[in-house]
Amino acid sequence: MTANLVARSGSGSAARPAGSPVLSVKDLHVTFGSEAGDVRAVRGVSYDLHPGQVLGIVGESGSGKSVSAMAVLGLLPDNARVTGSVELEGRELLGLSDREMSKARGKDIAMVFQDPLSALTPVFTVGDQIVEALTVHRRLSKDAARERALELLDVVGIPDPRRRFKNFPHEFSGGMRQRVMIAMAIANDPKVILCDEPTTALDVTIQAQILEALKSAQELTGAAILMITHDLGVVAGFADRVSVMYAGRPVETGAVDEIYYRPRMPYTIGLLGSIPRLGTAGHGRRPLTPIEGTPPSMVDLPDACPFVARCPIAVSACQAAEPELLPAGPDSHPSACHRRADLESGTIPIDEVYPLPVIPETSLDAVPRAERQPVLEVKDLSKHFPLLRGAVFKRRVGTVKAVDGISFEIREGETLGLVGESGCGKTTTLMEILELVAPQAGSIAVFGREAANLSGRERMEMRKDIQIVFQDPMASLDPRMPVGDAIAEPLRTHGWSADRAAARVSELLKLVGLEPYHAARFPREFSGGQRQRICVARALALSPKVVILDEPVSALDVSIQAGVINLLDELRAKLGLSYLFVAHDLSVVRHIADRVAVMYLGRIVEIGDVASVFHAPSHPYTQALLSAIPLPDPRRERERSRILLPGDLPSPANVPSGCRFRDRCFKYASLNEAEQVKCRDEDPTIVARPGEADHATACHFAAALEVV
Amino acid sequence: MTIQLIDDGHTPETVGGGPVASTAAGRARLVWRRFRRNKLAVAGLAGLVLLFLFAFFGPSLTHWKAGDNDFLNTQTGPGSDHFFGTDDAGHDMFAQTVSGMRKSLNIGLLVAALSTGAAGILGTAAAYFGGWWDKVIVWLTDLFLVVPSLLMLIILSPYFQGANWIVLIPMIALFNWMITSRVVRGMTLTVREREFVRAARYMGVPAWTIIRRHILPNISSILIVDYTLNVGAAIVTESFLSFLGFGIRTPDVSLGTVINDGSTFAGTDQWYLFAFPASFLVLIILCVNFIGDGLRDALDPNSTGVSAR
Repeated sequence: MTANLVARSGSGSAARPAGSPVLSVKDLHVTFGSEAGDVRAVRGVSYDLHPGQVLGIVGESGSGKSVSAMAVLGLLPDNARVTGSVELEGRELLGLSDREMSKARGKDIAMVFQDPLSALTPVFTVGDQIVEALTVHRRLSKDAARERALELLDVVGIPDPRRRFKNFPHEFSGGMRQRVMIAMAIANDPKVILCDEPTTALDVTIQAQILEALKSAQELTGAAILMITHDLGVVAGFADRVSVMYAGRPVETGAVDEIYYRPRMPYTIGLLGSIPRLGTAGHGRRPLTPIEGTPPSMVDLPDACPFVARCPIAVSACQAAEPELLPAGPDSHPSACHRRADLESGTIPIDEVYPLPVIPETSLDAVPRAERQPVLEVKDLSKHFPLLRGAVFKRRVGTVKAVDGISFEIREGETLGLVGESGCGKTTTLMEILELVAPQAGSIAVFGREAANLSGRERMEMRKDIQIVFQDPMASLDPRMPVGDAIAEPLRTHGWSADRAAARVSELLKLVGLEPYHAARFPREFSGGQRQRICVARALALSPKVVILDEPVSALDVSIQAGVINLLDELRAKLGLSYLFVAHDLSVVRHIADRVAVMYLGRIVEIGDVASVFHAPSHPYTQALLSAIPLPDPRRERERSRILLPGDLPSPANVPSGCRFRDRCFKYASLNEAEQVKCRDEDPTIVARPGEADHATACHFAAALEVV
Repeated sequence: MTIQLIDDGHTPETVGGGPVASTAAGRARLVWRRFRRNKLAVAGLAGLVLLFLFAFFGPSLTHWKAGDNDFLNTQTGPGSDHFFGTDDAGHDMFAQTVSGMRKSLNIGLLVAALSTGAAGILGTAAAYFGGWWDKVIVWLTDLFLVVPSLLMLIILSPYFQGANWIVLIPMIALFNWMITSRVVRGMTLTVREREFVRAARYMGVPAWTIIRRHILPNISSILIVDYTLNVGAAIVTESFLSFLGFGIRTPDVSLGTVINDGSTFAGTDQWYLFAFPASFLVLIILCVNFIGDGLRDALDPNSTGVSAR
């Protein structure tokens, strides 16, 4: 089956003269008309894509990376004006009619979108959609198309393709849908595959699977891949060349190693400095270097470097003219910076471009953990939801074990990272804690006081001490409430007078790095990072002892994220806060947490201080999770071998017997029969690792394995 | 605070520099500031105040009363004695219009406030609290929807025969809130799931405060539009009831009855019997609409044109 694919694509690529690019984009400009004036979304993008090459386009939201890809495909709305040249194998694509373009789209150029749910039609089976992708471009008999579709599903790693062929998209998980998208993309052996953030919506272990599927798809078809992403980790391992985009222009392009190890543009340097890293030795509190400010508006850009307002090494020349994309030295890659020569020669050391923020230490850091007071204790917490069927008479057909007996405690001034993939029960745990009522099973205690025994008044008092910051700063601020009122809300609720509350609001705004006069503005007038700062200010209004952070930075761009992480770090030290930091991003947790708990399917499978868990993870799931994270370091990324987990997270309504991880466990597969029986029949309890102070694992055959 | 803004948006006392704006938190002041930037809305507000003043102090401009018959001057055109002319029974149209307007303004604004208010409260409560609240309120809404409202009004009206015309207000409102309530319930269901509502809950904000502070402002557009439409609808319903003989009876008049009586003369040389009262009705509805638009934009941070510059 697969040999067939290889042979076909092999002959295809041999026919092309070596060295000529398959896709050549020159001086691409995209302008949208808007009421405020022309939005110049893309301002001169050029690149050549050779067969089999992977070009990564990295940039933050609004940098024009997706728009430039859409322009290549001719998928922009009518109000977009596109100029420049896009040549596919020497044939100009710009200016083609939609009908002519349709012949190339899906055949020579294929696209994988970010959101696989909305990219598949919900009313057709997955098989039919792949067959359609095949038959629009060539004449195939029904049976041949079906055979080929099955072959494609197999290639992208969908188990049991014959059965899955007849399924509808909603019966697939996110990762599976993305595999189907890849199958459709490679259906006609395209020359170029455009991937627009193909893994952003997915969990890390699924992301690793999808990247692997993309890689094998590329090897089979020999296609060139244009990978658009904001994630510098994904690009490091996947791309050959990288182009960093800012304000609609590439500001630096080059081979992946060049960009990562010899960046010549302050924006790239800032991006690299603002990602929290897994590999940092010792305690993870190296402050990140955030890029201050926000990207410029794309309307009426002056002739100046668009980055000048955020650049720490800007000089007067940067205000005077926009820098060209030129090499910094004879053996350097092109970058758009007036000071590239200084960066090249080392006059400005790369490490010192951004001033390193100082994160204050607290007196608590010196106190050993055992001597600190526990602020939040959770014991054997469970939350089961009944699964009901029937329209009139509901009957219980099963139980969703969202949280199934977890225990942890947080002590004063400590940050516990709660990590796990979507569906593992993190959010349910948080909600249970925040309700401050008796849980279904187990107990929750704040400062040693059981939530179950609280009177209404005491519960209200306790709410002062425990506050939350949500993931999406837009959704967690009332769009119709001025931010000053939003921050004052907890104060007013707890009986502060209007004057005192107003004074406190100014104080809080300053604390999180905003101005007091911002209080009269609506949330929409702020950028994502600023909004998250407002949420933090609101959470801190009543001087809580514990702040629960539910993925507080995952909705933010990398450069903004760093600023918020630093702020959280600083506030923790300044105010002696304890954090429960929920995240799916392990690098962020590595950076900010003291201890980490890894959740899988409603249970904590591994818990301990960050150093032990990250350097000697002993549960196979933790190992797989850590190994799935792409590192923003091309060399190490190439040397790593990845543990790929098969399949998806099982449904919490149908938890496997014994160890709940066993059917995805790579260790289980390597065990002998007697040992496998143990995993099948016995539910492992969480036990302390021998010889380690603060590290416990729920695995019958736990063994440390260094994976980062 | 916000519900007052929505429901009392027509009265200058509440929206103006009075007690609400000075004691309430920043939002009321901000909304008022944004409202003031909208010229049409301010004109509407001023217009409504003038109409109110006219309705209450208008009678002192003439010595005629609404019920008086000037048999010497029947069917005369507008003049210095009868400003808006007289009809064939010698009624002074000016006195009739002014007196009718006083009733219709009250009926229109109050009925709309009651029915929109009921729709807002019941709809949000059903969706926010869920469970039995939801079941009972939805059941009630459906019950009122299937009952033919006009029939009910006609059946009920004998019981209020001798009563004050004020009784009409709750009666009309009673059969006017259901559809909006269902729409409000649907919108609340989506707003309720937003994180800012959850955040408020975990802060310990009481449920009704959450509804007032977070949910109502976020669905205020529909309530405001509903309110402005209801003002006109209530005036028309009242005149229809009066036409059937169940609303305001002679010698009492309302704008609706006056227009109704005058409508047959619209195209004749006695046009003034229709044109004067009708243009006052148009003015009322226009003013309410301008205020509603201005309030909606002031509450909606996404609207353009009123943001501070």
